[in-house]
Parts: sequence; structure tokens; C-alpha cells
Amino acid sequence: MIRGLLEGVPRRGLAMLAALLALLLAFPFFASGYLLAVGFLILYFAYVGQAWNIMMGFAGQLSLGHSLYVGLGAYAAAALYVHFGVSPWVGLGASIAVCAAAGAVIGFLAFRFGVGGVYFAILTIAFAEFARIGFDHFTWVRGSSGLFLPVANYTENDLWNLRGSPRMFYYLMLGLTAGAFVLCHALLRSRMGYYWLAIRESPEAAQALGVNLFRYKMVAVVVSAAMTSLAGVVFAFYYNNLFPEQIFHISRSIELILGPIIGGIGTLVGPLVGALLLTGLAEGMGELMLALGVDIPGVKQVFYGICLLLVVMFLPDGVWPPLARALRLDRKGKD
Amino acid sequence: MVLLEVESLSKSFRGLRAVQNVSFEVPAGEIVGLIGPNGAGKTTIFNLIAGVYAPDSGSVLFQKRPIHALRPDQICAAGIGRTFQNVKPFAGLSVLDNVLVGAFLREKAPSAARALSLQILEKLGLGTKRDQLASSLTLPDRKRLEVARALATRPKLLLLDEVMAGLRPTECDQIVAVFRELNRAEGLTIVLIEHVMRAVMALAGRIVVLHHGEVIARGTPEEVVRDKAVLECYLGEETEV
Ligand SMILES: Nc1ncnc2c1ncn2[C@@H]1O[C@H](COP(=O)(O)OP(=O)(O)O)[C@@H](O)[C@H]1O
Ligand SMILES: [Mg+2]
Repeated sequence: MIRGLLEGVPRRGLAMLAALLALLLAFPFFASGYLLAVGFLILYFAYVGQAWNIMMGFAGQLSLGHSLYVGLGAYAAAALYVHFGVSPWVGLGASIAVCAAAGAVIGFLAFRFGVGGVYFAILTIAFAEFARIGFDHFTWVRGSSGLFLPVANYTENDLWNLRGSPRMFYYLMLGLTAGAFVLCHALLRSRMGYYWLAIRESPEAAQALGVNLFRYKMVAVVVSAAMTSLAGVVFAFYYNNLFPEQIFHISRSIELILGPIIGGIGTLVGPLVGALLLTGLAEGMGELMLALGVDIPGVKQVFYGICLLLVVMFLPDGVWPPLARALRLDRKGKD
Repeated sequence: MVLLEVESLSKSFRGLRAVQNVSFEVPAGEIVGLIGPNGAGKTTIFNLIAGVYAPDSGSVLFQKRPIHALRPDQICAAGIGRTFQNVKPFAGLSVLDNVLVGAFLREKAPSAARALSLQILEKLGLGTKRDQLASSLTLPDRKRLEVARALATRPKLLLLDEVMAGLRPTECDQIVAVFRELNRAEGLTIVLIEHVMRAVMALAGRIVVLHHGEVIARGTPEEVVRDKAVLECYLGEETEV
């Protein structure tokens, strides 16, 4: 199993991955509280970017409504915790189930009735918007006034209830990100992964080779939704407050797809690199502005815009593919 | 035994009758040629057999089972492989990965699928190009890749749509030899659409000639090339020999 996973991966790549993992593991020991928060955000975006990438990068289905799964995942686990004291480790089962079901409904409506491309993307936006408006009036989770998780002064990390220090959340997110990376790597080498890529490249040819388009597109949506839900759970317990207007907002959906786009759609490393670049540089810009005493609202947004523009113009495949070639890590069009 | 039966098949596109009342049979183990001028409806017949379009009327039986209501992937799984005249490679994938997608239909384990794919690539002379991106291939190589992918699904019946267009005569002879060998050694049944008469004459035991969506002649290659109607509408001008 492990040998199968490692087969064909360049040695240098493995070495670099190991070094990166060691660096990420050691990071909290020399990072300030602020840097740790930035590190958490980078890992968070790397994780959701990876989850989104399964749908778009692998199977070629554009979702512009992934905030739906972050929000549903967050609300499901948070509501169970607030109302019944259910541990998030149990609650995440509900999050996964709800998000998988939501993904299945959207996928079914789209793929059964031949909705594709831009229209599919619009459908995903519509569902996220339904949720945003619906949750504003969903009193069980306090509607638009927001759901708050009780925050007590803790002296020790309570991992079971996810009450604890930023460091605990950092490692939790690191575990999720690493897990998602390995999972996606394994998926890409599986029959399913090949079928997804085939659907992305040419649905007609894939179908002529025996690929059941409906089934494999459904699986992509459900897997992506379920993975994204876990980011929602961590989000809820990290920030301790949830507002429908924020968590389901379309800007959240856009924000989470920028990483994989900048990093390289359909690549394994792209979402990581993209999250690092965007979050790292945006925060860096913020700090720089602060240091220079410049206080212009929207600097971050403008910066995102410029980054996207530059990448789209000069690196149409994202940052990672040319970087991988430069590092001699490319394996003919994958990874 | 008859492997494929096409019965009174008709298909119109917004009033244009692309295929009209076409019937023919393909016995197991034979190679049948489908010829006719451009726009005669040959590719449309393949698309009807392969499940891309549903026929307006008529039926398609494969191994005595009606298949005209099935999806393309179900028809492929039933044992019919097809190539596209307008090639549809998975451009962003390597040549080997293109073929692997087909091989995964019958070989679920990646290692077995890989072995099958490599063997087929070798057979079609694409072995040395296996790590190239499919988008970097020349048109004749893309046509070969179409064949390789379809073969990887281990079909009982292979539908070849102008796969020899653009090949040089020696390359054409090579691929003809491959098809003949597959037919002889593995009993693969083939229907081929082809303008290269040299290949059709070399391979096909029977030929069906289409014109304006209708069958205008059928028989052995020798009978067909002597047919007056065929000479007038098709072989007279367009033949590449
Ligand atoms: N999807 C389609 N929509 C509209 N017209 C089509 C379509 N496919 C084929 N046709 C028309 O049907 C006729 C037969 O086409 P085709 O089967 O491709 O011919 P051939 O393969 O013999 O050259 C042509 O007139 C073509 O324009
Ligand atoms: Mg044609």
C-alpha cells in the first residue's frame, strides 16, 4: 500500500516533501502568535483548495459555491455541540453526511439533466445563496444574529471538544492538509482518478471508453463536498462564531478557489503553493502597509486581483507546473 | 453467428435525413467495410451503433440483444469499441495514460491495466511515445492512439472511423497488418469506414456502400468495385488507391 503510493514519485520530490513537513511541524515552536494564525490560514486554504480541486482540477466540474459545504459543515458540528454538547469528532459525522447529501442533490440535478459548464457553476452559486438566505432565518442556529460557541478560559488543550490553543488548531489543520494531500495523490493513481481526468479532458471520449459520466461526476462532487465539510468544522471551533452572511457568502467561495488557480489547477501541490503565496503575501502586504503607516481599505483585494491577473497572463497553468519543471520534479503532466 | 445486426436504421438532423432505412449484418470474426462519399452518413451510423444518438427508427442488436437504448459507456462495456473520426485525445494526459483509461474497463488493478496498455501501445508502434503528452502527437499518431484506446477496452467488435487518413502507404500497410492479425489471432470483428481503398480491399471481406444515407450496394470487394452505381457516385472520382 505505502510502497504503491511512493512508486514513481521522484526521490527529490519525496525529500522536499519530508523537509516541508518537518518545517511545518516545527513552525509553531518559533512562530509568534500572529505568524501561527497566518500558518493556520495557509493550511486552511491549502486544504479547502485541495478539496475543491478534486471537482474542478480532476473531474473538470467548476464549483463556485464551495462556501456551501464549509458553512453546512461548520453549522452542523457547531449546532450539535452548542445544543447537545456533542463532541466535534462525533459531530463531523453529521457534517460529512449533510455536505455529501447537499453535493449529491446538486450533482444529481445538474448531471441528470445535462447541466454543465457555466450553468453548473451558476447552480452551485444558487445553492450557496439559498443556504445563506435560509440560515438567516433558521432560528435553531440563531439565524442572522449568529451562532456562538462557548469560549471558556482553558489551561489545557481539550482535543476531544476542540477547545484549546491556536497551536492545537494549527496541528489539526496540518493533519487534515497532509491527509488530503495523500488522499488526492492516491486518488489520482486510482482507476477513479484516471476516469476523472478523462472526463475533464473529453467527456465523449471517456464515455466511449466505458466511463459512466454520471456516476464518476457524482463521486467527485460528493467526495469534494465531504472533504470541504471538515474545513467547516475546524473553522467553527477555531473562530467560535458563525454568521450566515459571512460563511455562505460568495466571496468565501471565490476566496477558496484562488489558491488552486494560482498554484495550478489539477495539480497536487498547486493548492498548497497557491495558499502559501496568496495568504502569505496578502498578510505580508498588510503588515508592510501597517509598518509604512498606509491605511487604505481593500489593499488585500487589490493585491489578490493583481496576483490573479499576473498569473493568468504569464503562467496560465499556475505557478506550480513551471516551478516543478525548474525543480526537476515534473512527472509528465501530473503532480 | 451474427454479432451485430443493424435493422432499418434511420436518423434525421433537423429535417436532414442523414441515415435512411439502413440494414446490414456483421458476422462474428469478419471485417466489414463501410464506404461512401463524404456526408453519406457513415459516421452517423457509428454514432447510432455506439449510442451517441438514439435512432429515429430501427434497431441495433449486438449478440442478439437490442442496444440502441443504451448509453455509450454501456455499449462499450457490452463489447463495442469505437474510434472518432475527429480524434478526441485526452490532450493533457500522456499517451500511456490515454490508453490506461480504456484498459481500466476490464482491468481494475492499475498494474494489470498498465501492462495491457503497454502491450497495445507496442503493437501500434506508439511504445516509444508513451510518455509524451497526447497533445504533442501528429494527426496520424492521434489516429493510432484512438485505435489503441479502443483496443484497450478489449472489444469484441471494433468500429474504425477513417483511422488511416493521412498515413503514408507503408504506415497504412503496417496498421492493416495489425488489424488483420487481431482479426485472425483474437477473432476481433471489425467494421471500418475508410476512404483508402487499398486498405479496404486488403481487409474487408464484405463492403456496404452508402450514398445520401442509403445503402446503394453491398457485396464482396470485387462485386462492389464493379457495381455501376458505386462507380458513378463514389469510386469514379474520389478514390485514393
Ligand atoms: N450532429 C449532427 N448535427 C447535424 N447534422 C449532422 C450531425 N452529424 C452529422 N450530420 C449531417 O449528417 C450527414 C451525414 O454525416 P456523416 O455521418 O458525418 O457522414 P460521413 O461520415 O459519411 O462523411 C451530413 O450531412 C452531416 O452534415
Ligand atoms: Mg465521417
